[in-house]
Amino acid sequence: MSSVALAILVLAILALIFGVILGFAAVRFKVEGDPIVDQIDALLPQTQCGQCGHPGCRPYAEGIAAGEAINKCPPGGQTTIDQLAELLNVDSIPLDSEHGVEDVRKIAYIREDECIGCTKCIQACPVDAILGAAKQMHTVIVDECTGCDLCVEPCPVDCIDMLPVATTTLNWKWPEPPQTNNLIATDRQPRFEENPS
Amino acid sequence: MKVFSFHGGIHPPENKKQSTRASVRTMPIPKSLVIPTQQHLGLAADPVVSVGDKVLKGQIIAEPVGRISASLHAPTSGTVTAIEAQPVPHASGLTAECIVIESDGLDQWIEHQAIDYKGIERSALVNQIRQMGIAGMGGAGFPTDVKLNLGSDHIVTTLIINAAECEPYITADDMLMREHASEILEGIKIIQHLLEPTHTLIGIEDNKPNAIRALNEALAETDIDVDLVVVPTKYPSGGERQLIQLLTGVEVPSGKIPADIGIVVQNVGTAQALHRAINHGEPLIQRIVTVTGEAVEHPGNFWTLIGTPFSELLSAADLKPGAMHRLVMGGPMMGVAAETDSIPVIKTTNCLIAATDSEMPEAPAAQPCIRCGMCEQACPAQLLPQQLYWFAKGKEFEKAKNHNLFDCIECGACAYVCPSSIPLVQFYRFTKSEIRAEELEQRKADHARERFEARQARLEREAIEKAERRKARAAEAAKAQAERKKQSSSETAQDDTAALKTAAAVARTKLKKAEIALKNAQDKGLDGVETLQATVDKLKQAATEAEQALQNSSTTEAVQSTPTKSEPKEAKPDLKALKQQVSIMRTKLKKAEAAEEKDESEIEALKSRLEEASKAHTDADNALIELAQSAGIDLKQLRIDVAMAKVAITKIERAISKSDDETEQEALKTDLESAKSHFAQLESQLKPYE
Amino acid sequence: MSLIRMSSPHVTRSNTSSGVMQLVILAMIPGILALTLFFGWGTLIQVAICLASGLAFEALALKMRGLPISRYLGDYSATVTALLLAVSIPPSAPLWIGIVGMFVAILFAKQVYGGIGNNPFNPAMVAYALLLVSFPVQMTSWNLPYVLSGSEGWSIPAISESLSLIFAGSSQMMDAYTGATPLDILRNRDGFTTEEMWRSNQTLIEGAAAYHALSAAWFMGGIYLIYKKVFTWHTPVSILVTLGFVSAIAYGVDPSNFVDPFNHLTLGATMLAAFFIATDPVSSATSNRGRIVFGMGIGLLIFIIRTWGNYPDAVAFSVLLMNLAAPMIDHYTQPRSYGHKRARLGPKGE
Repeated sequence: MSSVALAILVLAILALIFGVILGFAAVRFKVEGDPIVDQIDALLPQTQCGQCGHPGCRPYAEGIAAGEAINKCPPGGQTTIDQLAELLNVDSIPLDSEHGVEDVRKIAYIREDECIGCTKCIQACPVDAILGAAKQMHTVIVDECTGCDLCVEPCPVDCIDMLPVATTTLNWKWPEPPQTNNLIATDRQPRFEENPS
Repeated sequence: MKVFSFHGGIHPPENKKQSTRASVRTMPIPKSLVIPTQQHLGLAADPVVSVGDKVLKGQIIAEPVGRISASLHAPTSGTVTAIEAQPVPHASGLTAECIVIESDGLDQWIEHQAIDYKGIERSALVNQIRQMGIAGMGGAGFPTDVKLNLGSDHIVTTLIINAAECEPYITADDMLMREHASEILEGIKIIQHLLEPTHTLIGIEDNKPNAIRALNEALAETDIDVDLVVVPTKYPSGGERQLIQLLTGVEVPSGKIPADIGIVVQNVGTAQALHRAINHGEPLIQRIVTVTGEAVEHPGNFWTLIGTPFSELLSAADLKPGAMHRLVMGGPMMGVAAETDSIPVIKTTNCLIAATDSEMPEAPAAQPCIRCGMCEQACPAQLLPQQLYWFAKGKEFEKAKNHNLFDCIECGACAYVCPSSIPLVQFYRFTKSEIRAEELEQRKADHARERFEARQARLEREAIEKAERRKARAAEAAKAQAERKKQSSSETAQDDTAALKTAAAVARTKLKKAEIALKNAQDKGLDGVETLQATVDKLKQAATEAEQALQNSSTTEAVQSTPTKSEPKEAKPDLKALKQQVSIMRTKLKKAEAAEEKDESEIEALKSRLEEASKAHTDADNALIELAQSAGIDLKQLRIDVAMAKVAITKIERAISKSDDETEQEALKTDLESAKSHFAQLESQLKPYE
Repeated sequence: MSLIRMSSPHVTRSNTSSGVMQLVILAMIPGILALTLFFGWGTLIQVAICLASGLAFEALALKMRGLPISRYLGDYSATVTALLLAVSIPPSAPLWIGIVGMFVAILFAKQVYGGIGNNPFNPAMVAYALLLVSFPVQMTSWNLPYVLSGSEGWSIPAISESLSLIFAGSSQMMDAYTGATPLDILRNRDGFTTEEMWRSNQTLIEGAAAYHALSAAWFMGGIYLIYKKVFTWHTPVSILVTLGFVSAIAYGVDPSNFVDPFNHLTLGATMLAAFFIATDPVSSATSNRGRIVFGMGIGLLIFIIRTWGNYPDAVAFSVLLMNLAAPMIDHYTQPRSYGHKRARLGPKGE
């Protein structure tokens, strides 16, 4: 009988000690705020395009933190999905084509002689990258444009073009060298050419 | 002088003898010179000439933009024929902005003169160097004035003149030293004057005995405190950081520049160019270019004007027809292969190699890395090239960065020794540019986030302000209402009746117009019938209400018959709506036409609808014009007048902003006033018909 | 004009992986000749068996992976593996030993990891270790050096005899030819001291010279490869110095129970291991400092396993164990890059 009592006593004391330690740790190492949302937000491309169904990148980051799918961001594409998958320790999945497809980076340009100065695109722009006033011609600040597409739809005269960013000597990138050898038997590929260059 | 050593390095075949047999020849002036606006690190220069301008030799044609930039000068006299995108010496093979000058063959100098650099302010001297367009001629093209104007936070202890010229084939610096050693020393004096280093070293590889002799002779003749240090021939001893290690035993810390440890390195070519610019007033418009390779009959060095196309140089060295397989700008280790020979010589072009197929054969297909470690033995930066290669191949950019990828100087020693023929340097360049692009994207994203958040905050603030204003207005209105109630008189009542009458008439007209529009729309099956219907309904109700109100007031007041002309103003909403409809129709039609699956019938329907809509618009407009005519006004003329008045105002405004003279400004201002009043008058006339 | 555009450098040294492998093969010739001289035609027959089966397995694997067979066979890596295994197994081992060995070496130790450049272990040593564990009798049956067997000076049995031994594989015949190797004799002394063994054992008295000569042949080949800059001196020197140093201490403390350093270096496969096995770049450490550590590990393990282990020689296990440690060695022996105060240590940032 006494041994049972002793066991209970020991367990109780242990529970108390660990309770105190855990309680102390909870206070001492408390994590402020909700940094996971910030981390997710940092990975999103910040185009604020709303293709994910949220009004901006941060709301989607909050959505992902709350368990939403990570494949709803076409501007970020597979790269962003992979990064998110790594951050959240989940499997990477292909982009959900319901929200759009991956495309080259584009920038909005207003065909200025056709612009009627309705200011609708200015109101639509999430990053204030369009300059202009009522009945005055508008123009896009190219450096600020995220290519989100949101100004195209509201334009009543369709004078906004989304043009791919041109490659110049300044933003040109070295191409990846051809991959010649591969790793294991699962990477069986179409017949190798003797001289790929 | 003790010579230190650096890790790794290779000994590729030198191939320098071929181009040093003859002395430096001078290229004839080419018919057309192409001068890229970006020949240096930093921002491209901004052209200050326009097409058709006549320029003289040495005349400035583009000015530097920002701190790190260099100006450009006309290499010979002639006419600017174009400012356009042309192929430039760049690894991408892309085109960039160039100024094209057609030479007139006179080679007529602009007025220029020497400067006594000891007698002028430092800042003036630095500015003069900037104006002369001097940029590093060793390869990178860093603007020299920036390197020579370090500010007080950098104390220079050692000045190193880079004469190593370690890359195979290139002999431009070698020949310059043989033939112009004293000019180089004069240039070094200018640098010494600006930097005041405690000692100056010239680093030269031991494979240039003639140049060493020439320099020693020149040193004996002049009074200058310089040590000539001969270093063993090993590639890449001419790399800035490697040369510093060779001569001083010090390493430049990663991510820092030599100036941070009190060392400045200048190329011999730059020193000579400085001498020409300061002591003769000649801007940097020519340089020595080595033309070599097995595909030219007579390899050699040429004094070449900046902007000379490669094709001219190649033919001057007697290019063997059909033999050239690869054209390399720069040396074989770090040079860039060109796709066309129409590319011009720029300030950093030190060598052209016209290589045959056997001389520089296409690299065999890369084999798997066997981790032999030869690359690591060769790497002058003591990196782990094979490790970096695995990371680059697996696109593990973060790891590559952590393994000091950005300390790689892309010298090519690793790829040179690789037994598996792996294009290691290209892997590193690819990885570097991916990382740089990623970082740029990240910065952009952060910036966009900031702007987005700022906008959200602003919108919120505006919403709150709006709500507050509305509240305040409501309170005001309530107060006014109360006051009006207090002092109601018969006079106001009479006015009220008149107002009510007008309102009723207005409402009736509106209703009528809307009904016509509705009927039109229904007949023609235009879009927006529902909205129009709703408008008509609303207007009907409004008209009835107005009628009611008038009748109510008529019972108490005598009705005075006033001739109520139908207000032309009321045509306005109609006209505007029609105009918008026309443009929307046009857009729709365009979209339908642009659509991938063109539905011909739909396009036809849209076309006819567009026609109808525009007809309706013209009809309405014509009706307005007729209406105006009945009032004795030529609407068309009036519109033109208004537009003219507007233009006049803008013109005067622009003139005011441009003019400096105060009295002139005053006069212009009075003009502006009268123009404005004229405009206001015209506009008020037009207003009812708009 | 059709000019080609590619990344610099535009010239490369005319060395190739296959060239490196060819040099290794060349350097192995003295050793193979010495083996034939002292142990009979069996060695050459084993070389032929291993080469044929090794290249066949390699071709099969390349075909299955859809890679160009001729190009990858032309890198000679399978040839080197076959030669290494052929000189490691007893010259009179039955036919299937070589074939099973090459099957393991090429398919399991090399190709399943991704072929040349991707194998974490030395393929020949994986095969050797597996054979040794699975077929200890066949793998430890070394015949005595033939300097002993002929009463009237040196003579080796006819090639037909070796052929029948290998292809027919009669164990009776084998018994007649084989015996313990010198290192084995020195370990299993039945209570005698090493000195007594040296005095009493015929194999040691007359056979040691053959082993010394064989080691000299490997050593010569190794020096040639260092001269040809196929590999640096770091790994072999580190192995030899470590083994010599450790065994010298042990011998100095207790000469009657430990083998002397010279015989440690020359009686077994030490030279072969130091110059031809441990220097396999794929599975060893990459930096110079790393290679010194790698070699020290091998030298130490050879001594430990020879002295207290159960197997006749320790080279295969030592090399395999250090192959395991190579990635970690690489992590901790990274060079200090130019412009950095300290070297990166460990897998930080990976």
